[in-house]
Amino acid sequence: MTNATASAPVSHRILQALGGVAKARETGILVALVLVVIAATAKNPNFLFSTDGFRDLLLTPSILLLVAVGQAIVIITRNVDLSVGSTLGLTAYLTGRLFIDIPGIPIVLVFLIGLLFGGFLGLINGALIAFAKVPALVITLGTLYIYRGINVWWTGSDRINASDMPKDFLALGTKTLLYIPVLTIIAVVVLIAAGWYLRNQRAGRELYAIGSDPAAAHLYGLKVTQRVLVAFVVCGALAGLAGVLYSARYGTVNSQAGSGFELEAVGAAVIGGVAIFGGSGTVWGAAIGAYLLFTINRALPILGVPDFWQRAVVGVLIIGAIVLDRLLALRQTRKLTEARDND
Amino acid sequence: MTETTTATVKIARSYRDYSAPLWRRVLLTRESAVIAALLIVILVASLSVDHFASPITMTYLLLDITPILLIALPMTFVIITGEIDLSVASTVGLSSVVLGTLHQGGMPIELAAVAALVVGALGGAINGFLITVVGLPSLAVTIGTLALYRGLAVGLLGTTAVTDFTEFWKDLAKSKIGDTGVPSVMILFLVLAVLFAVLLHFTRFGRGVYAIGLSPEAALFSGVRVQRTKFILFVLTGTVSALAGIYYTLRFGSARGDNATGLELSVIAAVLLGGVSIFGGRGSLHGVIAGVLLIGTLGSALRLASVTSDVINIITGLLLVASVVSTSVLAWLGKRRARQGNTARNAPAAPQ
Amino acid sequence: MTISPPAVGHAALELRGVSKSFGSVVALSSGSLRLENNSIHALIGENGAGKSTIVKIIAGLYQRDSGEFLLDGESCDFSSTAQSKAAGIAVIYQEPTLFPDLSVTENIFMGRQPTRSLGRIDRRLMREEAVGLFRRLGVRIDPDRPTLGLSIADQQIIEIAKAISLDARVLVMDEPTAALSGVEVERLFAVARSLRDEGRALMFISHRFDEVFDLCDTVTVMRDGEYIATSPIAETTVDELVRRMVGRDVTNLFPKEVAPLGDDVLVVKNLSQPGVFHDVDFTVRAGEIVALAGLVGAGRSEIARAVFGVDPYSTGTVAINGKRVPRRNPGASMQLGLALVPEDRRKQGLVLESSVARNTTMAIQRTLSRFGLLLSSRENEAARQWASRLEVKTAALDTEVGTLSGGNQQKVVLAKWLATKPSVLIIDEPTRGIDVGTKAEVHRLLSELAGTGLAILMISSELPEVLGMADRVLVVREGRITADIARADATAESVMLAATQSSPAPTKEAVR
Repeated sequence: MTNATASAPVSHRILQALGGVAKARETGILVALVLVVIAATAKNPNFLFSTDGFRDLLLTPSILLLVAVGQAIVIITRNVDLSVGSTLGLTAYLTGRLFIDIPGIPIVLVFLIGLLFGGFLGLINGALIAFAKVPALVITLGTLYIYRGINVWWTGSDRINASDMPKDFLALGTKTLLYIPVLTIIAVVVLIAAGWYLRNQRAGRELYAIGSDPAAAHLYGLKVTQRVLVAFVVCGALAGLAGVLYSARYGTVNSQAGSGFELEAVGAAVIGGVAIFGGSGTVWGAAIGAYLLFTINRALPILGVPDFWQRAVVGVLIIGAIVLDRLLALRQTRKLTEARDND
Repeated sequence: MTETTTATVKIARSYRDYSAPLWRRVLLTRESAVIAALLIVILVASLSVDHFASPITMTYLLLDITPILLIALPMTFVIITGEIDLSVASTVGLSSVVLGTLHQGGMPIELAAVAALVVGALGGAINGFLITVVGLPSLAVTIGTLALYRGLAVGLLGTTAVTDFTEFWKDLAKSKIGDTGVPSVMILFLVLAVLFAVLLHFTRFGRGVYAIGLSPEAALFSGVRVQRTKFILFVLTGTVSALAGIYYTLRFGSARGDNATGLELSVIAAVLLGGVSIFGGRGSLHGVIAGVLLIGTLGSALRLASVTSDVINIITGLLLVASVVSTSVLAWLGKRRARQGNTARNAPAAPQ
Repeated sequence: MTISPPAVGHAALELRGVSKSFGSVVALSSGSLRLENNSIHALIGENGAGKSTIVKIIAGLYQRDSGEFLLDGESCDFSSTAQSKAAGIAVIYQEPTLFPDLSVTENIFMGRQPTRSLGRIDRRLMREEAVGLFRRLGVRIDPDRPTLGLSIADQQIIEIAKAISLDARVLVMDEPTAALSGVEVERLFAVARSLRDEGRALMFISHRFDEVFDLCDTVTVMRDGEYIATSPIAETTVDELVRRMVGRDVTNLFPKEVAPLGDDVLVVKNLSQPGVFHDVDFTVRAGEIVALAGLVGAGRSEIARAVFGVDPYSTGTVAINGKRVPRRNPGASMQLGLALVPEDRRKQGLVLESSVARNTTMAIQRTLSRFGLLLSSRENEAARQWASRLEVKTAALDTEVGTLSGGNQQKVVLAKWLATKPSVLIIDEPTRGIDVGTKAEVHRLLSELAGTGLAILMISSELPEVLGMADRVLVVREGRITADIARADATAESVMLAATQSSPAPTKEAVR
């Protein structure tokens, strides 16, 4: 029995501390979120404490949350899905059309159809990417165009108005349960399910492995094609669900619904600690990132910054997040290597 | 025992320059396919769509796609090195705002234009710094600067627009060369296109760009200054985007923070369609220019045929998907043929 | 724990007359091997002998063209690595591929994690099993840490843990000690011996004779893609093995002519890079061939890269013909007359998807340019000249360099650097992965070049090459130069001694 050259006390302590780094990221942005809310509320108590204010803070970002969670799942596998915004818009319009063309259709069925339709759009992406081995960036750029084009063509000069939708459905958009909007609850339930799955199921862990080192994943014998395909289907389905929520929330749906969501979702994920090259990060982080983005948007005018600067702030946040990730990664590698050399 | 050697008589070796005849090298390429598609579209449209073949159509077509044509030039280089720049449209917006704000504040337009160019170059330099020095992935960085630069543009101007540009400049932007219907801004484009083409195909710098895209390590070992090259490319992209922004503003006579939103996707789609591989290392400018013209012509023809604008989006998307999938399928077919024929063409080199 | 022995008479793994070609390149013409349980079997041969092809066939990465492949007496045909794994074969490579972002435990059990109800991964159980594996192996690795930053030695142990958890019956170790320090090698050997004692069959590929004699009980020699001989370690000697590997009397293979030595051309002083190399001092004179010998992983390539400017160094100086070479600047080094033919031909020496012409002229683009413009006609002209001078075999100048044979690829790399008319040529593993005929050509070329006054620094892991070609041998061990041996005094023993600081392989040793 030989005494190994690993895990001497020094390295262990450093690793304990660094192991907390990942969790520290989610905690960090959660803290940032809380700080922003506190600062804004201090300036204007209505920010948080009016019934509308509180509800809106929880409600509107829940749509982005769904898209960000789906995006995070795809990014973890070292891919990206730029078509989610178009998927959202198309599904939102489909939702309206369903209510208009099939009067009396059960709301639950509409939710289901939205989910499946989004999943179908995601399947197209996934199939092309997984089987044709073409980079996700290009394919989803193409489907971004295609899906949006179909959306515009279908909409024509029309647009869905709130009056076209059943009252119950619209009520869903503003109904709350114990002060928490129903839509938010739906989004959080999805978040918990996704988070649980990625952490506790083999298939979920394999997604991380695929993103961490695709070549190793192949050598390992993991079913890479299958997993990537499913990741895109889920991402599309979540974007579809977000589309249904969008209709419920806004009532009015035009052909540009969801435009720009894809980049916001990527931004939310990146801010939330999901590495753009895959292999690490959590959907929790992406969710908090989505809320942080939206809340800052809302808080800026209250804090005296004209909301025209909001996008710039988002940009700084995203760049700051990836710079921070890089610096931490360099430090971690250096510390781990030094610990190893000192053992 | 004596040493083993090959024949000691030195055979003077001769080599063909090219392994395939000229027509094959020229015609069996992605670029030729795109150019052919462009010609077919022009032909079909001229015959079947009313008013397509008139000079005024061409004028508006070219005026419309000039920003994309301009930005596609440096974007080609960036994608060949294996990177990407999603912030170009935001730079267009930012330079538009800088131009408008400074001019409105009293600066002569020429000076304001120079300032706008400097801002664009600075934006590119920030991208370049984050990517080459800090070592961040270009996709993530330029998503961030896309938001940042657009945010600055919108922040500076709010929802207002600056519209008091002199007629002289606005007309210049829209002017044509004589009676031809070709806008004079095409001269600017052609000059830049020639410069970029020479840079890419006839200089060490251009060779380096391809090498970086194909094998950054080997490039480094051969003395190519990888980081410096990439940095320069991002600065170029920023500057040309700013130039496009100046043109855009003058053409429409309006400087707005949200000018050219979404343009980056059109540029990238056209570049990829034109035969540049997203993996890096392959592509050329004539293919890209044909790609931009193809999308523009299709859009113009469809608009004239009263087909709604969304169809052009669908077609652009389909073309994009088809072009990359077909490359992948062709490569796979090639490998299968090689395996079956057991030729050395695509074989992995002997293991070491 | 012992595993059940196979049916009597069957070896754990057997290859008979296996062949494999890639297009016109024959990697393996007849490979044979018989691995028994409870044994550690060495496979040795020069580079290009076919060892890695055999490993890849066993692993399921390649399919053999002909011959038999028997596992436990039964014929098998693996079309994927997953299949060979499922059959109980594990391969440990020199460069393990783990998932850097995931923990050690997850790496071991990815795809096969123990689960409880609802398919939930049982992390506690998984961790316990990992700890148990490491205890069995007698090593201590933190099962919770990410594998990012782990030493190669630890990564290999994790790969072995993976193999054991898969209950691998056959373990192939492909040059595992290349990047390991002495202590880590001892740990690895202890693990290997315990695996052997459990009844498994191990295969050990290495260039280091002392390790082969220390660890293994049987040795098979291959040469030029063919099986040569197998013998028990106790019944053979290093000399006999070398003779079988090389196939001819070693000393006559390398025709280094005596050349007049000129002034000091390359002067390196006090070069240091923490953790990589320390206090490296040496000089190379015009007309001299200085060899940097040592074990793989000693730091020779790192020194070469630092001198050339691709890698950084923290202290020290490099000068060519008296002029300081700025650090971290390959372009400047090239201007001053330095050339580096790198170790990894395919990734560092060539742009594989580029043409012969482009690759050949890549380093002289500046001289070929007129007013900043570079025409392919001039490139082709220069490429033609240099390719024919080195007798590169290719049909056309625009052929993709990746399709050429190893020997011709090396010639293109040489042509590229010789075209720069350097004063100093650093060449890292000049004949690795090259057929015998081209090998001799390369040696003759180097000798000629030295004769014309070029100063050559040659890194080589092939002792015969070092002994035959070098005027002086600098031996590197763990980042330091431990010996400067003149040609007359250089022998396999003296070089190996300085490289390993242990006695060379004993000729007879009881099998443990």
